[in-house]
Order: sequence, then structure tokens, then C-alpha cells
Amino acid sequence: MTKKQMLILFIGAVIVAGFLVYANLTFDAYMLRVLNLIAIYMSAALGLCLINGFTGQFSLGIAGFMAVGAYAASLVTLPIAAKESIFFITPLIWPFSVLELPFIAGIIFAAIVTAIFSFLIGFPVLRLRGDYLAIATLGFSEIIRVVSTNTISITNGALGLRGIPPYTNIWWSFGFAAFALFVIWRLINSSYGRAFKAIRDNDVAAEAMGIGLFKNKLLAFVVGSTLAGVSGAFLAHLLTAIDPAMFRFFLTFNVLLMIVLGGMSSITGAVLGASIVTFLFEFLRYLDSPMDLGFITIPGAPGLRMVIFSTLLILMILFRRQGLMGSKELTFEWIEKQLARFGGKKGKPREGDSHANP
Amino acid sequence: MSLTHFFQHFTNAIYLGSLYALIAIGYTMVYGILRLINFAHGELLIVGAFIAYYGILIFHLPWWLSFLVAIALGAFVGVSLERIAYRPLRQRDAPRISLLVSAIGASFFLQNIGLVIIGGRHKAFYRPPFFAQTTQLGEVSVMNFLFVIPLVTLLILGGVFFLVYRTRTGMAMRALAKDYPTARLMGININRIIAYTFALGSGLAAIGGIMYAMRYPAIHPLAGVLPGIKCFIAAVVGGIGNVPGAVIGGFILGFLEIMGIAFFPHLAGYRDAIAFIVLLLILSFKPTGLMGEQVVEKV
Repeated sequence: MTKKQMLILFIGAVIVAGFLVYANLTFDAYMLRVLNLIAIYMSAALGLCLINGFTGQFSLGIAGFMAVGAYAASLVTLPIAAKESIFFITPLIWPFSVLELPFIAGIIFAAIVTAIFSFLIGFPVLRLRGDYLAIATLGFSEIIRVVSTNTISITNGALGLRGIPPYTNIWWSFGFAAFALFVIWRLINSSYGRAFKAIRDNDVAAEAMGIGLFKNKLLAFVVGSTLAGVSGAFLAHLLTAIDPAMFRFFLTFNVLLMIVLGGMSSITGAVLGASIVTFLFEFLRYLDSPMDLGFITIPGAPGLRMVIFSTLLILMILFRRQGLMGSKELTFEWIEKQLARFGGKKGKPREGDSHANP
Repeated sequence: MSLTHFFQHFTNAIYLGSLYALIAIGYTMVYGILRLINFAHGELLIVGAFIAYYGILIFHLPWWLSFLVAIALGAFVGVSLERIAYRPLRQRDAPRISLLVSAIGASFFLQNIGLVIIGGRHKAFYRPPFFAQTTQLGEVSVMNFLFVIPLVTLLILGGVFFLVYRTRTGMAMRALAKDYPTARLMGININRIIAYTFALGSGLAAIGGIMYAMRYPAIHPLAGVLPGIKCFIAAVVGGIGNVPGAVIGGFILGFLEIMGIAFFPHLAGYRDAIAFIVLLLILSFKPTGLMGEQVVEKV
């Protein structure tokens, strides 16, 4: 990284951090929550982007891993008193019933548990390809949901967990999003990343070039799913209540829409897609509730939002399959070029000015 | 478990198995030709059921006419779906994953447009009185569905077999399933054959939806998701693209679901997971399904 790039990165970070400080001080609770959601979904979208976009292994199991992460973290951070009041039908099993750890421990625990889960799941399913893989990961995600509805002594069943301490704030969520961004960026630009892309473009050829297919696929799958799992943990500590119904296929659909919209094999695309979709999802909330236009009241139609989102997904895939960004990235070179051009333009009128006003 | 109980469960398994088989046939036909998991197939079930429901409720059609109209309109919806969401991608040689994403989008679209128009409340589906009557077979009481649903499945199986193996259209379908470009070179109008396949598959979905709604007469726009996915799994178990395989897969799934719960009642909550566990087992050990052909990926 050159000195100039460091400077650009530093300025970018300062701008984002400045915005976050400003937002933290002035925004109301609702807007802050939307910002948090954007960062959380960004991490999940980056994870899915690594699996689906860069490695070409179409996974539809992201909601299941988010569920695993959310439950794992919540079970260790929930205060013991809250645990006793929530698990009134069947008591919580032993190691969790006496644990009350700080947030960071919960996040690490969530990461470890999701990594183990995704390893165990990836091991059998990653031998499959294309749509078989998609349906198998979807199957696992559904199994996780059904199991979490039924293992009452761990997850409290359909009632879910309540009273999770609201640890997630702007710094945690955006900090983790930045971490995810860094991990994916470093990974993609390493020899592993090149192997991932080779597998995506042609797995038979990649194997012939000596790339270990299974090992690389599994690595991408575990890293991507773990990112999603940790984002699930942050989600749980933002919303403070989770239940199995939250982690339906619907959630996977949302994250999928984000990366399809942004461009499946673009980090910038995932960031952009997550921001746009999350923002629209909140902004269009009024569509689902009755609307008063003064002279006429349009009854709210629950589901109208999702009609718009599914139409958006279809239109996107029909007319701009590569997404907003395609496989392009926001690179330092691009920024430098823009800065140079901007500087150049700025220079010219000044010259003109001096000629016009002698 | 007493013998009577066993036979009661057995008859239930036959209901469910033949129902799954019926729906899986439609799935497997579409997949066999397009190589596309039509995620929206489950929604087409519910579209068929709702058209039949409203045909009776609003237009006061006799039930059999309403069912026929529902099948025809269901086929029409399926063909339109193909025309709008799949054909443009196919013609641009998009990767199969794009088709899958489009199908997921179509599925969510149909679900939510249903929620917007119809609302999420459960509706009581009309059952023709004869079908819902119970007959005593010894100590086992069965609804007349027990005879109707397998009969319909058999009829459809026969019809599909005739169509696929004895008609020119069927020959074109088989050619398409084998090899696209060659089929095109042989003068087969690909778009028309695919439209036929979709019409057939969606018509079958509508029949399946109506049967499903008569068996579980509480329908709502999201009711098709689970049977849709389960029947896809049935098709995969049997070997996707293979019609007799779909029937076998449907029965296997139906029997496992009913008998699994019958023998292990405390696992009742896991009922919906059974299908997925079967799917994962079959994909791990025999990814092409029980009757599917081995396909070798070439460079």
C-alpha cells in the first residue's frame, strides 16, 4: 500500500467515523437502529458474497447460520436472572444456565459455534454443485430452524429468547462490518482468493491446475458462514429478542437480494446492496400500513413491500444480471484517478479566470 | 401400536404419498427439461387452489367446473411465469444460478401478491361431499380421498407416460431434455415445447394444489411453500427428471413422514425436518436419486 493510498484510507475512515459520531449524537433511536441494521446486514452480505459471488457456491443457508450465531451469543450473554424467567417450562441445560459473559465473549463464542456448524454442514454438502447445493443448504437452514423450535431446553422453542442485553451499538456493528470488509478484501486478494475465483469460473479447469477444490470451497463456506453467524449475534443484541420464525427463508432472500442488487462478485456491491436494501426496507415500511392521503385513505397491504422487493430482484436478474457494480470495485486507483481529474478541472477555470480578468 | 392403528396410519401414508407423488411429477417434468428448480412450483399449487376456491365462492360454479377452470388458469399462470421470468434469461444464455434467483424472486412475488390481494387469513376450502365422506374398512375409517387421490395420481402418471413416450410433443420434450442445441438443429421449436412443459407442469401443480387443499382444507397464500419444497425433495429422491422416480420418491416421503411420527410420537415437532434429512441423505449417498441417470460434467 502506498503512502497516498494510506492517506485515502485514513481520510475515508475519518469521514465514516465522523458521520457515525454525528449520527450517534443527533439521530433518533429509530434512525440509529436502521444504521445498525445496515452494518449488520452488510457483514452478512459480505459473507454470502464470498460464498456465492467469489467462490460460485450458491448457498441458501445464510439464515440458518445467522440463527446459530444469534442463539449461541445470546445464550452466553443473557443474564442468569433473565434465563431463569424465560425458561420457565423447561430449564436451560447446564453450561449455559450458569453463564453470564460479557459481549465480546458472546461474539467469540458465536463465531466458534458457527464455524463448527458450517464446517460440519459444508463437509457433506459442498460436494454438490449448483442448484443441488442451493437446495441442500436451504434444507440445512430449515432443519436448524425446526430443531431450534423443538429443543426447548436450549432455545426455549417457539417462544424464543427475550431480554437479551442491548449491547450492539454503532461502534460494534460498524466495527465488525469494517472487520468483515477487511477480512474479505485480504482474502480475495490472496492466493486463496484467486483459487476461489478459479473455482467459480471453471471448477474442472481449476482442479486440473492443482487447486484443491474441496479445501478451498470449505474455507470460503466456513469464513462466509461465520461472518453471517456473527452478524446474527449482533442482530440478536440489537433487537434484544429472537425466535426461530425470524430466521425463515425470508431472511436469506433479503441477503440474497442485497448481493444480487449490488453485484455478486463485488465487495463494494455487497456494501452498496446491503445499504440500499436495508434502507428501502425501512423506508417503504409505510406501504404495509394504512396511508392517509388527506382525501382518501389507502388501506395498508401487508406484503406490498415484499412484492416490490421480489419484483426488484426479478428485474435486476433479467436486465442487469451483474448487479449495480458488476465485478467492479471501488479501488484506490479509481479514487486517485478521480481526485486527479477533479484537481485538473479545478485548475483550468482558475487559469481561464485569470485570462478573463486581466 | 395395535394393528388397527397401524392400518390407519398406513392409509394416511397412502394419501400423503400419492399427493406428494402427484405434485412431484409436475416438478420433475419441468426440471427434466429446463434444468431449473422451479421454486415457484409451490406457489402454483396455491394459485390453483385459490382459483378453485373463488370459482366456487364468487362465481358459484359447480365444483368440478371450478376445478377444471383452476387447472386451465393454473397452466396459464405457469406459462406466463415462464414467459416473463425465465425465457428472457434462457435466451441470453444466463448461468443457471440466475434462473434460480429469478425463480426465487417469482416465488416470493406470488406469495406476497397473494398476501396483498387475498390477505393472510386461512380460508376454508370446499370439499365435494362425496370426497369427504368416511368409509369404514373394518375398524379403519378412511375418507373417500383414499381412493380418489391415488386414482388421480395413477391416471396422471398414465397420461404423462402416454404424452412423453407416444406423442411427437413428448418426443421433442425428451430430445430437449437430452441436448438443447441438437434438438434445436433438428427443427424443434424450443420455446413452444418449453411452454407446453410449463403448461403441463403447472396444470399438474393446480391439480395437486386442489387435492392438497381438499386434504388440508385451510388455504392461505403461504400454504404452498412447504408442500412445494417437500415435493421437490420427493422428485430429487426419485431422481429428478424421471417421472416414475418422482412417484416413488413421493411415496417414500409420504410414508416416512407419517410412519416416522406414528412410531416416534415424541418427535412430532420434527415432522417438517424429515423431508430435509431425507434430502441430505440422498444427496450425500446417491446425488442422482434412486432412478436418475449419472451425468458426467464435461469441460
